[in-house]
Amino acid sequence: MAKGYQRPSTLLDRPWHFCPGCNHGIAHRLVAEVVEEMGMVEKTVGVGSVGCGVFAYEYFNFDGIGPSHGRAPAVATGVKRVLPDHLVFTYQGDGDLAAIGTTEMVHSAVRGENITVIFVNNTLYGMTGGQMAPTTLTGQVTTTSPRGRGREQGFPFRVSEMLATLEGAAYVTRVALFNPAQVVRAKKAIRKAFEVQMQGLGFSLVEVLSACPTNWGLAPLEALKFVEEKMLPTYPLGEFKVPEGVKA
Amino acid sequence: MKKEFLLAGFGGQGVLTMGLFLAYAGIAEGKKVSYVPSYGAEMRGGTANCLVTLSDREISSPLVSDPGVVVVMNQASLLKFEPVVRPGGILLINGSLVHRDTKRTDITSYFIPAAELAAEAGLPRGSNMVVLGALLEATDAVDPSGTYNYLVKTFKGKYLDKMALNMAAMEAGRQFIRQQRAVRQASIA
Amino acid sequence: MSEPILMKGNEAVAEAAIAAGCRYFFGYPITPQSEVLEQLARRLPEVGGAYVQAESEVSAINMVFGAASAGARVMTASSSPGISLMQEGISYIASAQLPAVLVNIMRGAPGLGGIHPSQADYFQSVKGGGHGDYRLVVLAPSSVQELIDHTVLAFELAEKYRTPVMVFGDAMMGQMMEPVVLPDTEPYPVHRPWATTGMKGGRGPNIVHTLYLPADKLEQHCQRLFAKYAEIERNEQRSVQYLTEDADIVVVAFGIMSRVARAAVEMAREHGIRAGLFRPVTLWPFPAAALREAASQARLVMAAEISMGQMVEDVRLAIQGRVPVTLFNRIGLVPNPDEIFERIRKEAREVQLVNG
Ligand SMILES: Cc1ncc(C[n+]2csc(CCOP(=O)(O)OP(=O)(O)O)c2C)c(N)n1
Repeated sequence: MAKGYQRPSTLLDRPWHFCPGCNHGIAHRLVAEVVEEMGMVEKTVGVGSVGCGVFAYEYFNFDGIGPSHGRAPAVATGVKRVLPDHLVFTYQGDGDLAAIGTTEMVHSAVRGENITVIFVNNTLYGMTGGQMAPTTLTGQVTTTSPRGRGREQGFPFRVSEMLATLEGAAYVTRVALFNPAQVVRAKKAIRKAFEVQMQGLGFSLVEVLSACPTNWGLAPLEALKFVEEKMLPTYPLGEFKVPEGVKA
Repeated sequence: MKKEFLLAGFGGQGVLTMGLFLAYAGIAEGKKVSYVPSYGAEMRGGTANCLVTLSDREISSPLVSDPGVVVVMNQASLLKFEPVVRPGGILLINGSLVHRDTKRTDITSYFIPAAELAAEAGLPRGSNMVVLGALLEATDAVDPSGTYNYLVKTFKGKYLDKMALNMAAMEAGRQFIRQQRAVRQASIA
Repeated sequence: MSEPILMKGNEAVAEAAIAAGCRYFFGYPITPQSEVLEQLARRLPEVGGAYVQAESEVSAINMVFGAASAGARVMTASSSPGISLMQEGISYIASAQLPAVLVNIMRGAPGLGGIHPSQADYFQSVKGGGHGDYRLVVLAPSSVQELIDHTVLAFELAEKYRTPVMVFGDAMMGQMMEPVVLPDTEPYPVHRPWATTGMKGGRGPNIVHTLYLPADKLEQHCQRLFAKYAEIERNEQRSVQYLTEDADIVVVAFGIMSRVARAAVEMAREHGIRAGLFRPVTLWPFPAAALREAASQARLVMAAEISMGQMVEDVRLAIQGRVPVTLFNRIGLVPNPDEIFERIRKEAREVQLVNG
């Protein structure tokens, strides 16, 4: 372990563009740390997405791709088929993954594609100004569910639970970042997912519950509390699928 | 020399196979070849046809409206394609399935008892091979040995007995045309 | 040179891709293109490559994006409705400057249309299709052999200019068979120092992306793209002429329609009408100067296409009003040569090239 707080070599020395209290920065950092610790810098291709994580490739100090909105798992499939011994992951928000890109995400799992999806769930479309997403909580107010998400707007989409039913999905877990212990757990989950991929066991997905203080209209600390108190009842943490032979 | 062959029947009669044989025979002779299978709604109607062109020169259009040689393996195809045969052209009719006279007097028509000849040759499902033999004899568009070569290639040394039967069926078709010609010549003389 | 073999257009495309060094194919079934997929599903594993059947054309084109980024020679093929779904991805591939080959075995449209031969995706691919300022090189072969030659050429142009290249076929060309010879030359080399293959060897990160948020950066990016497109326009215009030198009537047709038009021109000549054929081989860049030159003596130019009239607009732009431009068109089928010939004869009467 490095002493004190240091920037991993896999993160470039650039200030985040994220809002104060946003969890995207932590999620980026965890991914970067795991890539470094696994010694995979020279064999990693990160596939970003369209959303607040759109500039991921400007922060990571390894090869990166910026695909179109929702298509990251298809792009990652193309990369992985060409470079099967590389670590290939996508980094996607819940609008990107659970709305416009549902098909690509589900079918990458159906094919058992050896890629890892880092899925940052902040219950809404952050980048475009806080519109409702499929993951928006029941009753939650967003700019396009001004009276709170009700019956006409449908129900929260539990991606991890759904994916866990697929044979091709090897490892599916949901983690959070609302306190240091959760952050440590999240990092372990990312590592496990990457290892599952490198062992060729199939599709892996780490759903990261993430705070969006700006669009939730909350202070950073209140936003963390929102994750813990409001999101967890709908999105319980835990491992939904672990491959045989891998410790749960 | 440029010759077009329109081969028509219903699915399963081996019409497309006949076309391939012709095309390969053309290639074997160094001819330019195009083969257009029927396409679209026709596939579903159960009819099958293909248009094969053999030429000494580059083939401009793979389609023509008045092919010089037309083969009809069933009644529906006769109704549809009899009118398009080029004046002076040849119409070969599967006489085992078509019981209707031709109306055209400006072309040469042959009714070939294909099923009967095929059965006699020991290949009851080989009507198409009989008609193919007839076509080769009636048109002298290609040297029949080219198609034999294709046959040899297709069977890749296997099923030699089958191959012999196919050849026998073709030979029966050729023989039939020769007889017909003799008869017609005699009646003219 | 090896012996000619009889091959179906769709299979020829697949074999040409392999001969050109393509080892990755991502696609989705659609009539009349499915044999390309089926052939490659069988063949690519044999040559150490991979075929992935995507869940949609949207995914297929994005898999192409990923594979090209990762340094691979890659292709997809579809037919009109599927190509529509790929438009977003094509815009991204063009912007990211990725070499990729796309094949459109066109079928009747709009909507679900039909499965008949068509050339009605001309506007879509030649004029844009996806969003934004980009160009797609579009090749229009007219025989099964040319489907092979142009597929090989497409990979070369894609690599050379780092740009997507489309090969146009149609339902008839995909299904028809002609004798062909596969190329036995070495594939055009793949050289992609920019590819995202991992930072092996201590280089900095390679990034493939299409986002230019600062306005000046986007403008610079578009200017770079268009400098490249200008170079393609200078170097890569291709066309074929037949009997145009003394032609009073110049027929302009591409793809399968050019074959039929050629036969119609021959019929016209037999009837004493001086007709000629101008065949654009690259639809973008459109060989405008060559057409203008070819038609400089003509009394009439006739575009012949299987659409309600799309290429005819480029013909008019090229002719610049110097000669009347007319349109012969059919939908849902490849017409017989005599249909075009009759039209040539009628036009010839009207411009008083022949009597009665
Ligand atoms: C085809 C297309 N439609 C819409 C958009 C606009 N858009 C950009 S980001 C985004 C939503 C991103 O939300 P999410 O994936 O939840 O990520 P977050 O910003 O919340 O991290 C949308 C709709 C786009 N870029 N492309």
